[in-house]
Amino acid sequence: MYDVTIIGCGVVGASLAYTLSQYDLKVLVLERENDIAMGTTKANSAIVHAGYDPEPGTLIAELNVRGSAMMEDLCRSLDVKYKRIGSFVLAFDEESRRHLDKLYDNGVKNGVPDMRILTGDEARAMDPNLSQEACAALYAPSAAIIDPWGLCIAQAEVAVRNGVTVKLRSQVTGLETRGDGLLLHTTSGDYETRYAVNCAGGWGHEICALTGESEWEAKPSRGEYYLLDKSSGDLVKHVIFQCPTAAGKGVLVAPTVHGNLIVGPSADPAESPYSRETTLAGLDAVAAASRKSVNGIDLRQSIRNFAGVRAITSDPDFIIRPAKACARLLHVAGIKSPGLSAAPAIAEYARDRLADMGVALHKKAEWDGARTQVRFKELSQAEKAELIARNPRYGRVICRCETITEGEIVAAIHSPIPPCSIDGVKRRAGAGMGRCQGGFCGPRVLDILTRELGQSPLDILQDGDGTTLLIGETKGGAKA
Amino acid sequence: MKYDLVIIGGGPAGLSAANAAWEDGCRSICIVERDRELGGILNQCIHNGFGLHYFKEELTGPEYAGRFIEMLRTTGVDVRLDAMVLEITEEKNVHIVSSAGGYEILEADAVVLAMGCRERTRGAIAIPGTRPAGVFTAGTAQRYLNMEGYMVGRRVVILGSGDIGLIMARRMTLEGAKVLACVEVMPYSGGLTRNIVQCLNDFDIPLYLSHTITDIQGKDRVERVVVAEVGPDRRPIPGTEMTFDCDTVLLSVGLIPENELSRSAGIQIDARTNGPVVYENMETSLPGVFACGNVLHVHDLVDFVTAEAARAGKSAAAYAAGKKLDAAQVLDIHNGNLVGYTVPQHVHMDAPFNAVDVFFRVRAVCGESRIVVTDEAGAQIASFRRERMAPGEMENIKLPRVLLEKAQGAVTVSIEEGAK
Repeated sequence: MYDVTIIGCGVVGASLAYTLSQYDLKVLVLERENDIAMGTTKANSAIVHAGYDPEPGTLIAELNVRGSAMMEDLCRSLDVKYKRIGSFVLAFDEESRRHLDKLYDNGVKNGVPDMRILTGDEARAMDPNLSQEACAALYAPSAAIIDPWGLCIAQAEVAVRNGVTVKLRSQVTGLETRGDGLLLHTTSGDYETRYAVNCAGGWGHEICALTGESEWEAKPSRGEYYLLDKSSGDLVKHVIFQCPTAAGKGVLVAPTVHGNLIVGPSADPAESPYSRETTLAGLDAVAAASRKSVNGIDLRQSIRNFAGVRAITSDPDFIIRPAKACARLLHVAGIKSPGLSAAPAIAEYARDRLADMGVALHKKAEWDGARTQVRFKELSQAEKAELIARNPRYGRVICRCETITEGEIVAAIHSPIPPCSIDGVKRRAGAGMGRCQGGFCGPRVLDILTRELGQSPLDILQDGDGTTLLIGETKGGAKA
Repeated sequence: MKYDLVIIGGGPAGLSAANAAWEDGCRSICIVERDRELGGILNQCIHNGFGLHYFKEELTGPEYAGRFIEMLRTTGVDVRLDAMVLEITEEKNVHIVSSAGGYEILEADAVVLAMGCRERTRGAIAIPGTRPAGVFTAGTAQRYLNMEGYMVGRRVVILGSGDIGLIMARRMTLEGAKVLACVEVMPYSGGLTRNIVQCLNDFDIPLYLSHTITDIQGKDRVERVVVAEVGPDRRPIPGTEMTFDCDTVLLSVGLIPENELSRSAGIQIDARTNGPVVYENMETSLPGVFACGNVLHVHDLVDFVTAEAARAGKSAAAYAAGKKLDAAQVLDIHNGNLVGYTVPQHVHMDAPFNAVDVFFRVRAVCGESRIVVTDEAGAQIASFRRERMAPGEMENIKLPRVLLEKAQGAVTVSIEEGAK
């Protein structure tokens, strides 16, 4: 019998697992996919929002600002890439200029620190490629950029190291109340737990439906992005937003913590959390909108396009409360933007709600929250030499675009939640993230996965289950 | 560690440069190769057709590379395999890492850049749709088939008619896959005519010119693609869509010279070629650093890479021996009507050459036409007839010194269409 079972291991589920791993609790995490961080966590703007967007008084506003304040220390202790670079919201006319005042007032009420409204020229002095059309800007220095899947994976790894169990390929298909607990039916078997938490992201309404009640309507929204080569990574120095509309925060242009430039997202209704296709119209809309903010965006420098799906629901706020029809199930649902920014605060808030529901929280005597990751390319010359001398695999560069070594890839494969796919290695070690998108290193990563996992190359996946790469041997057969 | 010459890359360009430099008396040479063996991309090109110009016989890629590797064995050239160059400094210090050697700095008098190119990806051309497995660049698929021995799919649509895509159309067919179509956004093929004939026509694979893939569908693995005709603006024309049920998309949509190291060394890059700007001796804007092969501009035939790299190797040997050219007397070569670029872009007029080979590609298919070289005064200094030229095939002309000496100011290479 587990004390708490977390359903879903995106950044919210992982944050909660990390938080609960600090207490004397038997915690289980169930994830439907073959890896964690597989939904919205791996496809979003990778921004820590300052917190001036949400309506004051909402849970979103409170948790956004608190999460944003927690993020820097958290990322430092987890060795997750994070950079506080600040953000601008641009105004292009009198109407949007007035909207900046509204955002500023929101921000003040929400407790966002150090905001300023700048003239267009003041903003351009700080970020020279901003459009001449921008007549004013709201500057929020507390906004940041982050590695979103890195945050998820790091927290889940620390949770596992501190006793949390993560079960992959475990989609929850049924939920029964049994005495003083719940019985969860999943695709990997049944699990008994005293309490469960619905962190299923875009699938949250389906978990809710297992209680026999429909508490909200899912309104998933797809956002398409361009990711540009590192040669464009310094085009802007801050996160550049336009004034938000009903559809979302609009198209942003921002550097990423990996050194690229991200441009997007669009906002279009999606069928399901799996509706992650890009479209000609969506990408065109992103291209046109981004050029309004920033000069010199060269989309020929694009290295990847992708889409993510926002877990929007009929409830404008985050939904963090016990299920109506199941007192032992806590919903942490409808976590749309700024869910990533709020994630650490959501986890603490959810922990407190679990306490309200009867979960006894006693801090563990021993808890090790530290985590570090070797990133070869960031080391000094002497450190590189020393590392290769200790382990020659760090002298073999596998991903030439990102300078990722075999040592880093092997470390990723043997990490606390081992990846089974080429993209799983990418999310942990960074191989294949660069301008050739794994064209060069893909076969080499596949080779290493084959060797380290003792599997046939035919079993190695690109990403999720079913994403088969190789379908059989050639007539001449595989190499010896 | 000090060398007279460090060559970055042990593919066809690096091998030829090394052999040529050794032949010219350079006795302290090191090739740095990131793979476990020499030969570069030729090792996965198991089809024939290599060497027709250079050896006057038809070789496979590994055979062609093998000839140069054999030649290299008779020299004293050092080879570092499985070694990656992290950085080239302006002082020509080459920083490398390898499992065997750890972190090393090779101090070079001269450097030859021969890093080759990489393939354009799906992300670079923003093909809409889902992101399933089964979308490969043609070269990656070629590696899986020819080096690893694994098939990547059964029903294939190829986007782009670059040479690797065409070669893979035939290769996949011979392995039992069904290649449903080759789709090319331009109104002409990007590959060699001989490859269209031998790899598509001979296997009844349709080539759809002025078409593109507008949608890739499938959640986990490719399930189908939508292909549409494009207008002159290369945008899809609504109503012309065709659907192909397939499990694989191969991309052969262009090659990009891989110049991240060149950029980090501060070497001037030509936006037209995506390679370094070079003089007639293959020297880049950084004195003592030379470039050749696909890192300089994308070639169609390896034979031309070999010849160009030999020039770079000889020039690097001369530089290392102290025969430095100054950039005082420079003639510029510009590209004019229908000419996409020229290599070289500059000529040292104080260099001891008899003629300059100028390579370029045309921007569109040209019927009977003349390649015309004019100077700034408008005088025509040379003219060459061609029956047909196509963007998929590299052109070259030879400009004798006597003509270049007559030129006033820069010379421009352009195309005049029509029979004259």
